[in-house]
Amino acid sequence: MWARAVKLGLRSWVGWRRGFTSKADPQRSGRVTAEVIEHLERLALVDFGSQEAVARLEKAIAFADRLRAVDTDGVEPMESVLEDRCLYLRSDNVVEGNCAEELLQNAHRVVEEYFVAPPGNISLPKQDEQEPFSHI
Amino acid sequence: MAALVVRLSCLGKRWVLACIDGGSRHGRGAAIGLTSRRKRGQSSVAQQPLIAVQKSRKGEREWAAVVGLEIHAQISSNSKLFSGSQVHFAAPPNSLVSFFDASLPGTLPVLNRRCVEAAVMTGLALNCRINKKSLFDRKHYFYADLPAGYQITQQRLPIAVNGCLAYSVSVGKKPSQVSTRTVRIKQIQLEQDSGKSLHDEPRSQTLIDLNRAGVGLLEVVLEPDMSCGEEAASAVRELQLILQALGTSQANMAEGQLRVDANISVHHPGEPLGVRTEVKNLNSARFLAKAIDFEIKRQIHELENGRKILNETRSFDDKLGCTMPMRDKEGKQDYRFMPEPNLPPLLLYDTASLPPGADPQQVINIDWIRERLPELPGKTREKLIQQYGMLPEHSFTLLNEVGLLEFFQNVIKETRAEPKKVTSWVLNIFLGFLKQQNLAVNESPVTPSALAELLNLLDRKAISSSAARQVFEELWRSKGKTPSQIVSEKKLELMQDQEALERVCHTVMEGHPQVGVEGRRKAMHFSAC
Repeated sequence: MWARAVKLGLRSWVGWRRGFTSKADPQRSGRVTAEVIEHLERLALVDFGSQEAVARLEKAIAFADRLRAVDTDGVEPMESVLEDRCLYLRSDNVVEGNCAEELLQNAHRVVEEYFVAPPGNISLPKQDEQEPFSHI
Repeated sequence: MAALVVRLSCLGKRWVLACIDGGSRHGRGAAIGLTSRRKRGQSSVAQQPLIAVQKSRKGEREWAAVVGLEIHAQISSNSKLFSGSQVHFAAPPNSLVSFFDASLPGTLPVLNRRCVEAAVMTGLALNCRINKKSLFDRKHYFYADLPAGYQITQQRLPIAVNGCLAYSVSVGKKPSQVSTRTVRIKQIQLEQDSGKSLHDEPRSQTLIDLNRAGVGLLEVVLEPDMSCGEEAASAVRELQLILQALGTSQANMAEGQLRVDANISVHHPGEPLGVRTEVKNLNSARFLAKAIDFEIKRQIHELENGRKILNETRSFDDKLGCTMPMRDKEGKQDYRFMPEPNLPPLLLYDTASLPPGADPQQVINIDWIRERLPELPGKTREKLIQQYGMLPEHSFTLLNEVGLLEFFQNVIKETRAEPKKVTSWVLNIFLGFLKQQNLAVNESPVTPSALAELLNLLDRKAISSSAARQVFEELWRSKGKTPSQIVSEKKLELMQDQEALERVCHTVMEGHPQVGVEGRRKAMHFSAC
């Protein structure tokens, strides 16, 4: 039991802020597994950083789950809160653009009016490849 | 580019299914099919199985390939899909970019009416059902040329679904042996294009140009009803012609206005479908067929050697002629689709449902668009066949070559010669010369008027066929001269005077007394023609 806790402590986070993952506890529903957190971090490039953040996520999910209490039998799902608005159609005229200088001012690095980005996508290191850290 | 003339490589596969006897083991490709066909004396092409079959070198069970396509066509419009910046091919980097395209905070998408009309026209031309209500979604992924981190597309409910596209493939050695196939269209959706990345490997950086970011695209998804590279190439070619006829896209593959991704898998007939790979960024019709055929062969080879096919994305290296796995694809992508919160549903109307008193600028009437659809390539070909009595395969060639139809019609306008003669001259001699020197129709040194004049001379019997050919060659070489000028310069006129002709023949015969009766008879016959 204690050894398991140590093992848990050795799991690490992506990103430079270190945190602690909470291993999925199969007995308690509503817990978000470490795998899911890792997956979310890759997809959204967010950093959960600490157990507190994961707990907050779990609370948010529980809060949203209260919707299940509503009886929606025979009710059409709403696709958009804008469903009763008209989608405005713009005529096909050129009215914008020609502001390269302004836009390039936002860029960290510029080469001859091109934005500069690192080559391709940099792979996030896998969780196991990280150095082990103790929790904050 | 006569894509429909591609014949051999795919043929063989189809024919093996018709003559499975385990007898002829020639390996894959044309050899099997044609040999078997000749052996069995089959000439009819009536029952064509939809799946092509490949026979393996080791004589194992046959393979069937399944090919689906996702085609992205850039909409021909003045401004972008959700912003008012210009759509233009070549422009200084980042000069055609608005704040929205650069995804600066506080900007919102505003839908371009022309793009919606283009989508409806294309859907109607491809026999789709136009969804009166369609929705926009966000597809999230990270890449430097996608500044917002998501692309606005229509994943849940696209603008058009369930259509079909008819195309033609060669099924025999003779040009007349063509068969019509159809491929189902799963859906057509509106989406944004991404920017362009230029990879600078030596300096380990990527240069980003957002001019293309936000340009409207029509994504046409074709169901996996195709079975080889040739079918896919023919289907794409027909779609190109339709888009160009509608004016919804210039569909020029070389300029990146038409991009094709292929989904390819192989399986044994009767068994479930195999794992598919995606081959991306096929940017020319020629490479499309090559890449697909290579990938089919590669998959068969892998499976026959006991290996598995990975569900991966590959790209085609045209120099090496093979597909290679792409970097940057880590497992299956999760795009986290969500409804686009800034855009209400897109509602389209027809004459019956049009709200009274609505601002015409703000509503789109599907019936109105349907009534004004331009003539589609299929219809144009039909008319050519009926009006000029030409063979179906001729009508295909005329439409397939850029500018050739217009050239042909201009010649017809100015000549008295029979349409069949014009067809023959344009498709055989004129096109032949173009192909020999690798020229496009608009680069031809011979104008439609010049050819028309030449054909008039021929029609009047002022010159013979062979003389006409000589004149044509001279027209091709030297610009500025008219056919009549060349004829008189080279003295190619046919002698019309009967008596003068007889005198010439007599002179010839007298000069060659050794020529017997037969020879004289032939000479007199010649002069009478």
